[in-house]
Amino acid sequence: MTAKEIQNQSVIALKAICVFTILLGLFYPALVTALGQVLFPRQAQGSLIVDNGRVRGSALIGQFFHGDKYFWGRPSATSPDPYNSASSSGSNWGPNNPALWSAVKDRVSFYQKNNPGLSGIPVDLVTASGSGLDPDISPKAAFFQVKRVAHARGMSEAAVRKLVQSYIQKRQWGFLGEPRVNVLLLNLSLDRSAALKLGRIF
Amino acid sequence: MTINDWIQIGAYLGVLLVLVKPLGLYMAKIFEGEWPGSRVSSLVERPIYRLFGVDDSSEMNWKSYAVSMLLFNFSGFLFVYALERFQFYLPLNPQKFAGVPPDLAFNTAVSFMTNTNWQAYGGETTMSYLTQMAALTTQNFVSAASGMAVLIALIRGITRKQTEWLGNFWVDLTRGVLYILLPLSFLLALALISQGVIQNFSPYRKASIVEPFKGDAGKTVQDELIPMGPAASQIAIKQLGTNGGGFFNANSAHPFENPTPLSNFLEALSIPLIAAALCYTFGVMVKDVKQGWALLAAMFFIFVPLLLIAVHSERAGNPAFASLGVDQAAGNMEGKEVRFGAANSALWGTVTTATSNGSVNSMHDSFMPLGGFVTLFMMQLGEVVFGGVGCGLYGMLAFVFVAVFVAGLMVGRTPEYLGKKIESFEMQMASVVILIMPAIVLGSTAIAVSCQIGKSAVSNPGPHGFSQILYAFTSMGNNNGSAFAGLNADNPFYNILGGWVMLLSRFWVKIPVLAMAGSLARKKIIPSGPGTLRTSSTLFIGLLIGVVLIVGVLSFVPALALGPIAEYLGMARI
Repeated sequence: MTAKEIQNQSVIALKAICVFTILLGLFYPALVTALGQVLFPRQAQGSLIVDNGRVRGSALIGQFFHGDKYFWGRPSATSPDPYNSASSSGSNWGPNNPALWSAVKDRVSFYQKNNPGLSGIPVDLVTASGSGLDPDISPKAAFFQVKRVAHARGMSEAAVRKLVQSYIQKRQWGFLGEPRVNVLLLNLSLDRSAALKLGRIF
Repeated sequence: MTINDWIQIGAYLGVLLVLVKPLGLYMAKIFEGEWPGSRVSSLVERPIYRLFGVDDSSEMNWKSYAVSMLLFNFSGFLFVYALERFQFYLPLNPQKFAGVPPDLAFNTAVSFMTNTNWQAYGGETTMSYLTQMAALTTQNFVSAASGMAVLIALIRGITRKQTEWLGNFWVDLTRGVLYILLPLSFLLALALISQGVIQNFSPYRKASIVEPFKGDAGKTVQDELIPMGPAASQIAIKQLGTNGGGFFNANSAHPFENPTPLSNFLEALSIPLIAAALCYTFGVMVKDVKQGWALLAAMFFIFVPLLLIAVHSERAGNPAFASLGVDQAAGNMEGKEVRFGAANSALWGTVTTATSNGSVNSMHDSFMPLGGFVTLFMMQLGEVVFGGVGCGLYGMLAFVFVAVFVAGLMVGRTPEYLGKKIESFEMQMASVVILIMPAIVLGSTAIAVSCQIGKSAVSNPGPHGFSQILYAFTSMGNNNGSAFAGLNADNPFYNILGGWVMLLSRFWVKIPVLAMAGSLARKKIIPSGPGTLRTSSTLFIGLLIGVVLIVGVLSFVPALALGPIAEYLGMARI
């Protein structure tokens, strides 16, 4: 190739990157956004949960729960605080890392203390999720906490169990993924049913 | 493994196989320029070439093709680097992110230009919307299309005879983008939004959380900041183009990138889709579809056993927790999301490393030793099991030439493939293509483990710490982009060394492949006779698998023994 040809091709390269940036980097995302906002506005905006005009979170992003009257989600490795939605992260601890072992051990004894008389703690309750924002726990992990939540709220175990049951999301299309319970939605419905009982309507 | 795991894996592989033929055929027609819609589409294409100043009827020899590609990729690099550095002064930056520091900007620009998408940053804390779209999304498209273009040039080298001409880079690039990547991404993006992937230009939303708590700093945490942005449009192409770079730090483990099992299925399916279908494209273009199926079969026979090892390993759980009274029926859940579970996470981990995609829906760093081994080894095979869009198949064809050569030596005949004699120049180039990667990966790993700055980035003790470094350079050296993400890789040492590793492994492979294409195109086509090795036979498929595995094993067993294998043996002790 002559120097002239190389120069010529360089100009084409620069033009090409400009054209493709406009087409793929601006026009394409803009078109997808426009269509997304029209066809699936709720999802495109982050599946936000709005309550009396106040945004309480996203149905897809887990929140940190610690009181006895709420179901607890999975441990979260985000920093500086758990479930920091602005900075997703897993623990990235290897399976042989003593830090992982002691963290799991601590979580197990914590659950044993707060849910006395129960054995076989579901593994998702003592291991951190990949995103640190996992909104779900397994149905097993939800049922595991029914007794504690019912006791703390002065509800019958059967009533709480029934609520959990109604919040189980089955495998999509019958075989995709794993059955799960969205912790935030479950807890919000607990609060709502308590409020209804007191005659307050959300 | 449960019955449902088998069903999910079966459905996944089944749908993938069903799509190979229609998509492969479509792509062949596109690149041969003779699909039914080509007259209408030229109304779109022509003005683009006129804008570029390209004569689309002219063809290039291998050198011009390589030079055009390099110049285009280099312009892309400059563009990405500039956007990152100046993003603070540019629009669509609602979070007011500062300019990206030079070493990280260099690393990221190289990473996206080479189709690697190694990320030493967290998307939601570093990049403005404009950078994500105009810089990164654009490169996701064009780096994938460049890979496809090189493959198509190589196929033309095989099918044409006694010519210099391999096609026009600008035309191949544009067609790959316009007719393959763009429509597929568009459809996938909309499907993903329906599942809950976000797509907007809003600033991050503040939400008052349900149960405030006392945070790390001693203050009560009452709010959360929910990240926003045009995610779906980027995620669609990151999967289809085997790029893999996440919009968010947690990549496709993040609920906004991958909210449901269905979105997971679609994204995981998109990862090997084009690369697998290109095998059929190859078959159509060489006018013998059996040749394409043979290559795909070799890929599947390597992929499936390793996949099953990974799923089994993640399903089995961590023996260290057995004595604690933990119910591990769900498997090893550290670093995994409940909605996907162990099986889907292991499936994704295997397919994202088999292709050079590198997006993750779970943290590979927390995989069990054998699961981690599979992800590492998949990359170390040279990204030829599906591999990247285009580059996977041209890598596999280099292995085919070696296999043909080995077979030729055995029977004392001049090796040939599809009527083309494979001679010393092709063998030299194929050897360069195959051997450059282990040299770069092992060399850079050796540098990192022999200096303090390399070792101090490690976040896990023991053999796993070594695996973190080996994984980083294996990933960058194969343009994969996934990570054992605990490694603290955002520092000048990893950013700059890693940047060079990505550059060398991409272009020291692409250029010899084009040289090979040029040399093959010049040759005559010899009619096949009774003594010709049938390269679509089971025997040859077996030989090809053997060559791929032997090269991978010989290159990497010592390193693997120090990493995941030592870790596995240590685990077995418990």
